[in-house]
Amino acid sequence: MAEQNEQHLLELRGVHKRFGAVNALNGVDFHVDVGHVMALVGDNGAGKSTLIKCVAGIHTIDDGEVLWAGEPVSIHGPKDAARLGIEVVYQDLALADNLDVVQNMYLGRELLSTLRRLDEARMEKRSREVLKELSVTTIQSVRQTVASLSGGQRQSVAVAKAVLWNSKLVILDEPTAALGVAQTQQVLDLVRRLAEQGLAVVLVSHNMNDVFEVADHITVLRLGQNVAEFTTKDTNQREVVEAITAGQLHSVPGMQEEALA
Amino acid sequence: MTKVFRRLAEGDLGVVRVILVIALIWIYFQANNSHFLTAVNLTNLTLQTAGLGMISVGVVLVLLLGEIDLSVGAVSGLAGAVVAVLNVKHGWAAAPAILAGIAVGAAIGGAQGAIFAKIGVPSFVVTLAGLLAWQGMLLVVLGKTGTVNITDPGIVDLANKFFSHAIGWIVAVGVVAAYAASNLSRRRRRQAANLPVPSLVAVAVRIGLVAAVTFAAILVFNADRGLPLAVVILLGFVIVFDAITLRTVWGRHIFAVGGNAEAARRAGIKVDRIRIGVFALASALAGCGGILLASRLLAVNQSSGGSDTLLLAIAGPVIAGTSLFGGRGSIWSAVLGAVVIGSITNGIDLLSYPSSTRLLVTGAVLLAAVIIDALTSKRRRAVGR
Ligand SMILES: Nc1ncnc2c1ncn2[C@@H]1O[C@H](COP(=O)(O)OP(=O)(O)OP(=O)(O)O)[C@@H](O)[C@H]1O
Ligand SMILES: [Mg+2]
Repeated sequence: MAEQNEQHLLELRGVHKRFGAVNALNGVDFHVDVGHVMALVGDNGAGKSTLIKCVAGIHTIDDGEVLWAGEPVSIHGPKDAARLGIEVVYQDLALADNLDVVQNMYLGRELLSTLRRLDEARMEKRSREVLKELSVTTIQSVRQTVASLSGGQRQSVAVAKAVLWNSKLVILDEPTAALGVAQTQQVLDLVRRLAEQGLAVVLVSHNMNDVFEVADHITVLRLGQNVAEFTTKDTNQREVVEAITAGQLHSVPGMQEEALA
Repeated sequence: MTKVFRRLAEGDLGVVRVILVIALIWIYFQANNSHFLTAVNLTNLTLQTAGLGMISVGVVLVLLLGEIDLSVGAVSGLAGAVVAVLNVKHGWAAAPAILAGIAVGAAIGGAQGAIFAKIGVPSFVVTLAGLLAWQGMLLVVLGKTGTVNITDPGIVDLANKFFSHAIGWIVAVGVVAAYAASNLSRRRRRQAANLPVPSLVAVAVRIGLVAAVTFAAILVFNADRGLPLAVVILLGFVIVFDAITLRTVWGRHIFAVGGNAEAARRAGIKVDRIRIGVFALASALAGCGGILLASRLLAVNQSSGGSDTLLLAIAGPVIAGTSLFGGRGSIWSAVLGAVVIGSITNGIDLLSYPSSTRLLVTGAVLLAAVIIDALTSKRRRAVGR
């Protein structure tokens, strides 16, 4: 089925995830490569967020295989994912409003100086550098609390956090859903820059314009199964939307339930 | 120069606000009774404040988590009773008895924290159950007599010992020097990393203000009986816990859990462990406060840690700007809040107003503080989107 010869940075094979009676992921195959943006699209409830959370270690998979650079791995928590170099920017932003930009970027991985004190100067310096590398120029002070930032600025902080950690794979769950036109563009530019810097990027989005602007490849999920994979330059929006709404399922949900019973 | 003032205002607005409130209260009472601002009365005021302030230090930690601990009053009473009974009835020396009292507090807090964090019972329910249970336990520990008088100088001294003038000055100079050194070294580190630094004038103003307050306090204490040991103990705890919350990973993670527990979890922070640790520590600190209160009263009785101890210990930090909504506040609010409450209590006693007035005034101040807290949180949320 999947091409065995080429080695993907991340590859999922036949992944299952159930929540009680809900079959959120039903034998999903998925992959993403270094330096590429893979879009993950599908209708509400298709299982996109669930797939991402499995990769991030928020959920553990019930069945299937996860390969990292060709090696089978098991991800049992956010720390496992972070150790591999996987960073996720969530749909519901995982930033602490009461902390400032630097504190958020280093949350959970703070740098220490002598006597186990927080090394604020070093953290602030690196945060500024990374924001500058990514051309995030609209944030006035890295010492202002995240609560005072705009939606686009928050997304930028969340993405910059990924780069700060020398991540190899950055996953963004609907990063532009709540943003205006200019801010969306700002974030999309940032996504492209990540791929150009040699990271693998997964972008979850409902917005076909966004997807066609930044993605190299598109994976379509429907009812917890993958129904199609496209190369962006060889397809068009109509074809993708068709797959989202009416893509061929390899097992009908109702039958699956009976088979389980 | 205006820039200096703006920075001061921006950085420590909460603190400035409380200090203004304290100033107003003091001016009012001084205008009505010239005895209020005497060295004797101000020293008494700090002694009255120490026990409550200590309990509030733990309360601040819990509030930073976005939780509440309704058992701190009862735990303070119980810890004081454990110390008194072990010391007086069982002949334990002061130090091991005190450690045992604090350990009882820590164990209680650890258990309550575990029930909250692991089983998911809301913290106010767990600690409400604790409030009742530990009040009952206090009666059990005290036994039939109901009151245990303390005479061991190892315990009595805690709230009744005063240092000589010379030692007072040495402590003051030490505190100011340490504060100046930490400010300057932070500035140097930022400079070394090519980061923007506050102007030397601003740093000097800060250090000057701290020095002025410290030296004024020593002058007042020395005009009476001298620097009280209780004040040294309380400020020692406050300085240590202020550093823990602001300069260590553990402290940073308390703020993160209080601000957004889910974000903290996704950042790999062991949220349960932080919560249990904070509750254990808060109860241990409540125990320390209870011991100070027992030392001041020279006894433990059935109402120790009862009546309004709990409410005032929570009201203090909130009055001084620590948010009930979690993630915002500072350890210093424990002291400042205790000073506000202590000043109201002390002044109203001096003017021999009925205690109904004290409750009404304290209630009004608390209400005003909570309204300000709610409004600022709301504005922050509005700005955030
Ligand atoms: N923690 C959970 N417990 C139970 N069911 C869940 C849970 N998380 C997701 N589901 C279910 O799994 C299915 C897939 O949900 P998921 O959030 O992955 O969809 P999605 O593709 O991200 O949708 P959207 O576009 O709306 O974000 C849905 O039917 C959802 O109700
Ligand atoms: Mg989703």
